Amino acid sequence: MKYLHLVWASLFRRKTRTVLTLVSIIAAFLLFGLLDTVRTSFAQAGQSANGASRLQTGSKLSFIQTLPQSLQAQIARVDGVKMVTFANWFGGAYQDPHNQVFSFAVAPNYLDAYPEIEVSAAARKAFADTRSGALVGERLAQKYGWKVGDRVPLQSQIFPDRSGSKNWQFDIVGVLHSTDKKAGGFFDQMFLLNWKYFDDTTPYNQGSVGWYVTRLADANQADRVAKAIDALSANSDHETRTQTEQAATASWMKQLADIGLIVGSIMGAVFFTLLLLSGNTMMQAVRERTSEIAVLKTIGFSSRSVLLMVLAESVLLLVLGGVAGLALATLIIPVISAGSGGMLNLPSVGAGSWLLGLLLMAAIGVAVGALPAWNAMRLNIVDALAGR
Amino acid sequence: MAKLIEIRDLSKVYERGRQKVEVLHHIDVDVDEGDFLALMGPSGSGKTTLLNLIGGLDAPSGGSIAVGGQRIDQLGSAALAKWRAAKVGFVFQFYNLMPMLSAQRNVELPLLLTKLSGAERKKRAAIALQLVGLADRASHKPTELSGGQQQRVSIARAIVSDPALLVCDEPTGDLDRQSAEDVLGLLRALNRDHGKTIVMVTHDPKAAEYANHTLHLDKGSLVEQLAA
Repeated sequence: MKYLHLVWASLFRRKTRTVLTLVSIIAAFLLFGLLDTVRTSFAQAGQSANGASRLQTGSKLSFIQTLPQSLQAQIARVDGVKMVTFANWFGGAYQDPHNQVFSFAVAPNYLDAYPEIEVSAAARKAFADTRSGALVGERLAQKYGWKVGDRVPLQSQIFPDRSGSKNWQFDIVGVLHSTDKKAGGFFDQMFLLNWKYFDDTTPYNQGSVGWYVTRLADANQADRVAKAIDALSANSDHETRTQTEQAATASWMKQLADIGLIVGSIMGAVFFTLLLLSGNTMMQAVRERTSEIAVLKTIGFSSRSVLLMVLAESVLLLVLGGVAGLALATLIIPVISAGSGGMLNLPSVGAGSWLLGLLLMAAIGVAVGALPAWNAMRLNIVDALAGR
Repeated sequence: MAKLIEIRDLSKVYERGRQKVEVLHHIDVDVDEGDFLALMGPSGSGKTTLLNLIGGLDAPSGGSIAVGGQRIDQLGSAALAKWRAAKVGFVFQFYNLMPMLSAQRNVELPLLLTKLSGAERKKRAAIALQLVGLADRASHKPTELSGGQQQRVSIARAIVSDPALLVCDEPTGDLDRQSAEDVLGLLRALNRDHGKTIVMVTHDPKAAEYANHTLHLDKGSLVEQLAA
């Protein structure tokens, strides 16, 4: 600790260069904080107590393949199944194709599978009684200023009606609230429509189902029940894959994009660039101080002390920038979440991300400081003082 | 008077690629405790090499050097660093102060290697600065000081840990006449009033006049020894 002022002074010997390097490090760790939060958010999707007691059954081939509706009764008879419901992806957009809405055509008992979604009894009755009725998430309603009684148009990106038009009209009959904070961002964005209305209106569905959702009597029986459900369609033209909600969400997202790989690749490129940049800064900084390091060794600083001081300097540089970057990410993430109107429900930078970030700072600091520290340690005093 | 430095049959050979250059040839020198010795000679005569060997900055190729009875030519790199920290103060031609530290912090540097508390280090650095007449410049950075003042800070740094021996390499080589005389007067005071043994390399005969003895080197050999 008594060398700290010396390390600090050495670090800021060239203020402009150090500040510019710090800005690069801050930017890199800000990006790390944001992207790691996105990765964590995707990894946590479907992870909830209620999610653990639900299974999703979809086509084994692809999530865009449908399944026969007749499977519902067979799944319901599997031992360990409490109830089964189903849904289809509707793919609606509001006013502009860019305004995608998480819209699903759902079975009448769909909400029974999701006790964490609150909806009034009156709204549920109205939904059941109104053919073109829709239940909308609270944030979605807020976003577009919808209220119960409004008639709203949605344009399906996939399904036309019998006249060939993809413009559908829905009557909002109730608003959904989520009691699960973690999954709330998604549920509060949902738009549910009656599957019967959807199935009768589009010629493209004809009684097929996108996926089944099964509630289990005992979450510990998930593996056995999943296998039993998949056995129902074995060797048929509609083989299924049944997974826990978490696994299904992860699998679904992986079919869209491997977020972990994308985030890892971006961060790998960013940190590699950072390694070169801060490594160059440290090399220059130590090279400029050759005679000063020689003086330190002359007055009795050991080669080991010099090595550790240069390493401490590079680690300090990384930690200063890295902590500032992660702190900035911590401050920015709630702003991004709020600004997205609930579309993005990013968790804050967690202890895991901080720990990983601190390890990265230390590792990069040691890596970039290693060569200049080694050179400083091996510096020959006489040659350095003579300017050789 | 007891001998502080005893040099016997000292030689130094540098290897530059395949070429071997013998810089010092079989030197024998004794320096008494409390002496002020000037080393003179033309460029390339080996005076700075001899000074570096006396200060434990370099290792001889042959012969022996004992300082205060300790054979420093037999010490390893780490032990030599400890020995330098405790026993020798260095003054360089170009002051070699840390530009980002204040005069006070520069003087404190050798004390970082001791177990002294922060407050004690600060106190001793203040005393050393007072001794060289720069108490009022403690918070100034080297760039805010004149050459003479910087050299006095460097002398304060050299004496702050109270070493018995000061080695000075052209301490006035970069100074104007007045500043040089101030610095040489300070070195003489440290020698006379505080008993420091000083070995100083210089080109300047006027600077050598401040020493008690002068040794002349030429082509790596001692050519004569003069009393001041």
